[in-house]
Amino acid sequence: MNLTLKVWRQANPQAKGKMETYNIKEVSPDMSFLEMMDVLNEQLMAQEIDPIAFDHDCREGICGMCSMFINGEAHGPDRLVTTCQLHMRKFKDGDTITIEPFRAKAFPVIKDLTVDRSSFDRVQQAGGFVSVNTSGNTQDANAIPIDKHDADKAFDAATCIGCGACVATCKNASAMLFVSAKVSQYALLPQGKVEATDRVLNMVKQMDEEGFGNCTNTGACEVECPKGISLENIARMNREYLSASLKG
Amino acid sequence: MTLTASSIGRKVAMALSGIFLVLFLTQHFSINMLSVFSESMFNQVSHFMGNNPIVQFVLQPILIFGVLFHFIMGIVLELKNSKSRTVKYANYKGNANASWMSRNMIYSGIVILSFLVLHFYDFWVPEMNYKYVEVLPLNPDRYFEELVHKFENPVRVGIYALSFVFLCLHLLHGFASSFQSVGINNKYSKVIKSFTTAFAVVVPLGFVFIALFHHLTAF
Ligand code: HEM
Ligand code: SF4
Ligand code: FES
Repeated sequence: MNLTLKVWRQANPQAKGKMETYNIKEVSPDMSFLEMMDVLNEQLMAQEIDPIAFDHDCREGICGMCSMFINGEAHGPDRLVTTCQLHMRKFKDGDTITIEPFRAKAFPVIKDLTVDRSSFDRVQQAGGFVSVNTSGNTQDANAIPIDKHDADKAFDAATCIGCGACVATCKNASAMLFVSAKVSQYALLPQGKVEATDRVLNMVKQMDEEGFGNCTNTGACEVECPKGISLENIARMNREYLSASLKG
Repeated sequence: MTLTASSIGRKVAMALSGIFLVLFLTQHFSINMLSVFSESMFNQVSHFMGNNPIVQFVLQPILIFGVLFHFIMGIVLELKNSKSRTVKYANYKGNANASWMSRNMIYSGIVILSFLVLHFYDFWVPEMNYKYVEVLPLNPDRYFEELVHKFENPVRVGIYALSFVFLCLHLLHGFASSFQSVGINNKYSKVIKSFTTAFAVVVPLGFVFIALFHHLTAF
């Protein structure tokens, strides 16, 4: 496959940045998108052009590091996959592909396609945990029986890899899907109930302070989420938030 | 108002004001529908609504507050949301993952708002003028005449119909969305979606039907 790539280049957070066009030849349809980017970078380095910075780590769809907004969609046109799992066979010979960083005020660009998603970390630190005393006689978590329906839903919520595709996709750059997955994962389990009130209040407060937008229930996040996190989680977080605010 | 200071609080307030407007719309629709079946019943109910002190001095101010709150909050949220992505995408495929209606609530809302301005000028201002400024004598039979008179003009009927198409689009997303906003998303959501979709189509088109009915039968 021969492709034309339009890639966002930005030297540093302050630089203005612009789209640059590169041609790449003989791309194998079996390559992953990131492998194609590796080949492009080899080519750029051979021409003494600064290679394109992009995030990646596991390359097997579990770490959430790879980002990229490909042809107008987070992680590209395929469903339920991260960019590292997107294959070049999803494109056609001769295609022009636009590649942009995930864009949100709360995800500032570091360089080229890499963005700073530490706003997610701060939301998580505001309440996405359970406090456990490590006194030596900690109770085994499995000793508490849990309704299978709740356990399944909590597990589904816990599959969120914190990639940020929901924010990148949302027309409002809202982080509700991510935050609601993190809230739900605990809200559904007895271990999480103890700190439920403060958790949801603090996490939503931090989310707002980071400058994410407001949810308008377009549902775009759910469609683009590589882990299929459901909008049900957002409704659950709204319920949790309402009852927590009534408690004060 | 700490609740409206948070993103979720605002969303819930938006949903509650939206549901309130839907209830008002249902009431308004039912009364207008009477005009198709019976002139005297329409006059009776309109006279009641127009002269009952609870309707006039309690419900009407609440309604005005509800409308103002809804569209002002809608605009506030829209501004906040557009500021949440300072650098826009060069290529953004919004239609790949969300409906047109859900992405354009502010535009359907602004069309409805412009309609409301016209509607106030058409019905509400003359009504207030009649009752509270000029204090003309009560006439329980004038309402039907006034209604039919308004729908003689085809341009007005056209504008009216177009506005209701936008109300339909607004409600196709908004009505179901308001359930999600207040935290209702469960095994009944499919039923809710069907009901709200039917409402969003039937009620606005019903208003258009009433306008056309009077336009065509006035002569
Ligand atoms: C009779 C008139 C109207 C009715 C029945 C109505 C109804 C609704 C409903 C039910 C929602 C959903 C709330 C939610 O998703 O939680 C909504 C949202 C919205 N409405 Fe209206 N609306 C009306 C007029 C207007 C007007 C005049 C505007 C003015 C600009 C407007 C702007 C918006 C916006 C921007 C939203 C989206 C807010 C969000 O999703 O957070 N609406 N409306
Ligand atoms: S909810 Fe989905 S899209 Fe959002 S951060 Fe988690 S895995 Fe990524
Ligand atoms: S690199 Fe880990 S999910 Fe893509």
